[in-house]
Amino acid sequence: MLTLPAFAWSRPQSVEDALAVLAAHPGECLIVAGGTDAVPNLKHRLHEPRRLVHLGGIGELRGIRAGDAGLEVGALVTLTELASHPHVREHFPGVVTAAAHVASPQIRNMGTVGGNLCLDTRCTYYNQTFFWREALGFCLKKDGTRCHVVPQGKRCVAAHSSDVAPVWIALGAEVEIASRDADGAVSRRSIPVEAFFVGDGVHNNVLAPGELVTRVLVPGAAYGLRTSYRKLRPRAAIDFPMLSVAVAVRGDAARIEELRVVVSALGAKPRTLGGLDAIVAGRAHDAALAEAVGAVAHKQCHPLSNVPYDTDWRHDMVPVFVKRALADALGVPA
Amino acid sequence: MSDGKPTQAPGTPPAGMAIPGNRTMPKEDRLTPPVWEGGRAAPPNGDFRMIGKRNRKVEGLAKVTGRAVYADDLVLPRMLHAKLLRSIHAHARIVSIDASAALALPGVHAVVTGADMPTHFGIIPWTEDEQALCTDKVRYVGDAIAAVAADDERTCEEALKLVRVEYEPLPAVTDIETALAHPEWQVNEKAGEGNISKHVRLEFGDVDGALAASDHVVEGDYWYEGSTHAPLEPHCCVAEFDSTGFLTVWSSTQVAHYLHRDLAKVLNLPTQRVRVIQPVVGGGFGGKSEPFSLEFAAAKLSMVTGRPVKILYTREEVFYAHRGRHPMRLRYRTGMTADGAITGTDALVQLDGGAYSSFGLVTTYYSGQLLTAPYALPAYRFDSTRVFTNKPACGPKRGHGSVQPRFAFECQLDKLCEKAGLDPIEVRRRNFIGERTKTVNGMRVTSNGFLECLDAVERESGWAAKFRRMPYGRGIGVAGSMYISGTNYCIYPNEMPQSAVQLRLDRSGRATVMSGCSDIGQGVESVLAYIVCEELGLDLRDVRVVAADTDLTPVDLGAYSSRETFMVGNACLDAARHLRLKIAQTLAERWGVAAGEIVLANGVACASSDPGRFAISVKEAFQWAEARHGTLGSVGWYQSPKLGGEYRGGTIGASPAYSFTAHVAEVECDPETGFVAVKHIWVAHDCGRALNPVTVEGQMEGSAYMGFGEALLETQRYKDAAPGHAFGLHHGPSLLDYRMPTSLDTPELHALIVESVDPEGPYGAKEAGEGPLHPSIPAIANAIHDALGVRCDALPFDPPSVMRLLRAGEARANWERARAQVGGPR
Ligand SMILES: Cc1cc2nc3c(=O)[nH]c(=O)nc-3n(C[C@H](O)[C@H](O)[C@H](O)COP(=O)(O)OP(=O)(O)OC[C@H]3O[C@@H](n4cnc5c(N)ncnc54)[C@H](O)[C@@H]3O)c2cc1C
Ligand code: SF4
Repeated sequence: MLTLPAFAWSRPQSVEDALAVLAAHPGECLIVAGGTDAVPNLKHRLHEPRRLVHLGGIGELRGIRAGDAGLEVGALVTLTELASHPHVREHFPGVVTAAAHVASPQIRNMGTVGGNLCLDTRCTYYNQTFFWREALGFCLKKDGTRCHVVPQGKRCVAAHSSDVAPVWIALGAEVEIASRDADGAVSRRSIPVEAFFVGDGVHNNVLAPGELVTRVLVPGAAYGLRTSYRKLRPRAAIDFPMLSVAVAVRGDAARIEELRVVVSALGAKPRTLGGLDAIVAGRAHDAALAEAVGAVAHKQCHPLSNVPYDTDWRHDMVPVFVKRALADALGVPA
Repeated sequence: MSDGKPTQAPGTPPAGMAIPGNRTMPKEDRLTPPVWEGGRAAPPNGDFRMIGKRNRKVEGLAKVTGRAVYADDLVLPRMLHAKLLRSIHAHARIVSIDASAALALPGVHAVVTGADMPTHFGIIPWTEDEQALCTDKVRYVGDAIAAVAADDERTCEEALKLVRVEYEPLPAVTDIETALAHPEWQVNEKAGEGNISKHVRLEFGDVDGALAASDHVVEGDYWYEGSTHAPLEPHCCVAEFDSTGFLTVWSSTQVAHYLHRDLAKVLNLPTQRVRVIQPVVGGGFGGKSEPFSLEFAAAKLSMVTGRPVKILYTREEVFYAHRGRHPMRLRYRTGMTADGAITGTDALVQLDGGAYSSFGLVTTYYSGQLLTAPYALPAYRFDSTRVFTNKPACGPKRGHGSVQPRFAFECQLDKLCEKAGLDPIEVRRRNFIGERTKTVNGMRVTSNGFLECLDAVERESGWAAKFRRMPYGRGIGVAGSMYISGTNYCIYPNEMPQSAVQLRLDRSGRATVMSGCSDIGQGVESVLAYIVCEELGLDLRDVRVVAADTDLTPVDLGAYSSRETFMVGNACLDAARHLRLKIAQTLAERWGVAAGEIVLANGVACASSDPGRFAISVKEAFQWAEARHGTLGSVGWYQSPKLGGEYRGGTIGASPAYSFTAHVAEVECDPETGFVAVKHIWVAHDCGRALNPVTVEGQMEGSAYMGFGEALLETQRYKDAAPGHAFGLHHGPSLLDYRMPTSLDTPELHALIVESVDPEGPYGAKEAGEGPLHPSIPAIANAIHDALGVRCDALPFDPPSVMRLLRAGEARANWERARAQVGGPR
């Protein structure tokens, strides 16, 4: 069996305690929530922390609350809970589809919303055992100096692979981050999920060491958006996305007010398509409109060989999946 | 030849099973199976009470409740763990190995290298080209070099990083073309020349003449990428060398007997001081049918440390151990008359064997020999070449050697039917070879239920209303096949039985069956229990099966080539009938009735003429018989008759009975993405007689599933890598990257059992474990053609490949043309 490395273990009972543990062992900790990403990565020696900080004991991070101000989803909410929550099912079908498309039922029972957001980027040259990576030649994301996907590149372009994040972005959701300053004072700030991600595959979000994701907040303005999610994967379960498309539309098929399309599993961060307003605002959904949106997506999205399966084919699939996701959101046939 | 060892050159087949001079020939009567009144197929006690009924498997409850003991569940006092150091190069000379730093690590107990057990071994005695651990060269990424025993696995891993190996990298070849183009980059020094592992060319009839005279000839070039078995349980073993010099190895093997022999040979121990035990095995599919580095390494480390040693492969290591399906390039020319009779077939086959021979000699023959039924091939030639490459060795996977050619050939047939404008099921019927006949390459065919198989899939699938009649994107396809029920020879030449059973009855009313046979989930232990129950009127709970323990059980060659039910089933039937006869005679004597009147059923022994008067429990009957005859025991064995063609290699592919299968697959394709969804597979299989329909259906469904996975999803490729590093690295040796279908992907599988009742099988049974896989892949390919008008000639049919085909050709036009042939709706 692949072994786990040796590590110490903390199980704080509050956000404050968790931040204190992280502060007490700077640079040595790995946060673990459901562990469905962290544990395989530990076995592959992609993370080599001295200490695991398990969030499971922090009650505050659990629970989904819906109010006038919007929807609050605790970082420890499991994907199963998210996908089966009646309020979420009623208002945000795109979130439900995305969460239900993650891995398998067992993994969704363990995997959390916070962990999903902070999911490490993925690459076919990286998510492998130590032996395999050594035989291949280590890459710059871990233990090496060069990238096998873009050999001339200086940057890791491993794929952002969270299924739910693109939908959060399409909804304009925010993520709440808790941090602790040098004096031990704890503070929280919220930023758009879109701004949470950065284009560096080694560490693709703005979390500083010692910080924690506590909640995802969907603003009240997101109610009334029609959402959908499409995922390209060879199998109907288990597989990570080879391409993912989240759509949020205001309006309906007869008249689209506003359209947001987020595409991911390309590079290190999800891509929000630009220039859609000019094409769609105030218009009805028809074949020509769908075609035009697809063409924008095709132009702006460039799959890489970080993810398996032919990149040209995946590129060809971008407009197909965008058009289908749009039709899903509007409830019309693709 | 005096030492009884084969002396042919490497790669020479067992030419007619030449018998060295000093060997004792079996007596004629030993080779003649006992003749039973009513025959082997008949029920012994009037009606079948166990056979043919939906019974549980004997080990089923233990498995589903987590109580079955697999190799990794074994924990012995003072047991150490060990791990193997594997090569990161595809091809390199080992200059030096320095393990001193590893040995110095606290918790490390021993390190062994190839020098500690350099003897070559190999499953086929003519091609012994493997070492437990490499001594001078590594031949693929993952080839094993050294083994470390320590207190726990993590310490082993740390120690492995401290073993310093100096390599001198060599040019590596990872595909067939390069292997042939560069004989000087020799992968395996035991090759006759260059990188040729084995070459076979056989011709039956006038192929060129037949093709020239054909109305239609189709040429096809097919690529079968290869696949691995991926059993749920990774390879695992525990070895214990005790203070008396006795070695016990528990291993997740499917060939305990061959492992027994090779352990003794490589470790230089007398065979009678080696014991191999197979615990419950979590699937094999051919991936555990030869010895592997772990068994030798664990045993050697136990000998060095004096402590039990366990080795459990990681999933990644299972991919390196491999022995999966060979990648094959298959070029076929097939001819047909205007009315659909096959005229001739010319096959040129190249096999990518990986770094070692494994079963490759046999695979090379099988790639041609097993194509000659269920259709009559009047003229047939095949030319097959296996090459060595710097990749994990290929070997036998479910449907050994014949799944790939079957894919090519059944696609050829579909193309010919299209050319001739004939219905593919009708054409298959027209070419039926028949029963009680001989194939063009001299294989004896006994029972043959292929026509019933075709009828069943045609009827159940609603073929007539669907073929060429569904909207664009939906399609249906058919394919047929045959497979062996065991082969007629042992892997090493000898005149001893291939299967055996010792049966013991107890005055407590219990029966114990002992056999070296190997249950890897397919259910052979259950088969033995059913047979004993049927013959002796026992309840399933009153039979114990002791299997695959070389100290306790008579030799059986193991679970491969679908031999167990047929061969050990026959052995068991004989053993049980011998005892049944003794019991019947005892009761007949006491009661003054004829022995033929005695019935043993449902726990009761009675005389059918007057059961009210003459009836006791079976247990009492055992006691009466024990009193009359002494301790009750019997033996039965199986040895196949002399079979096969009168030419070199003519025995390879010869089987005492062949199974037959037909599939119809129905697909739904997405022309915008290239995704193919298989909706249904109807599997009709002639298994002779279904001893337990549930397990037969399980094998049929599992086979169709496995073929479907290979057709659409499983990708067995090797990556290029950074300069200065090894290419030939498996693209993703994990169950995440090697995509086997999940339950959501799996089509509805409809198992349709056909029973031809074979004259030589136990109760008429033939195999069901491998045959039903064969037509899966071509049936799907043919269905995709019906759906989209493209021909998938290369595996896997993944969406990018299907899209490429859709774009390259005039798919839609082809589709229109094909459907125009069949005419309007029926
Ligand atoms: C076979 C398999 C298939 C999968 N397929 C998919 C898929 O298709 N799509 C997909 O999106 N995911 C997939 N996953 C990944 C994973 O299951 C989910 O994304 C899951 O939601 C991760 O949550 P977790 O709680 O298990 O994360 P963990 O493994 O506990 O953590 C993941 C990462 O997030 C960090 N982290 C966790 N919580 C916090 C927090 N509150 N604050 C700061 N950092 C935090 C951890 O340090 C770690 O780096 C798959 C996993 C497996 C094993
Ligand atoms: S994108 Fe390049 S650097 Fe990043 S993980 Fe993949 S190979 Fe490594």
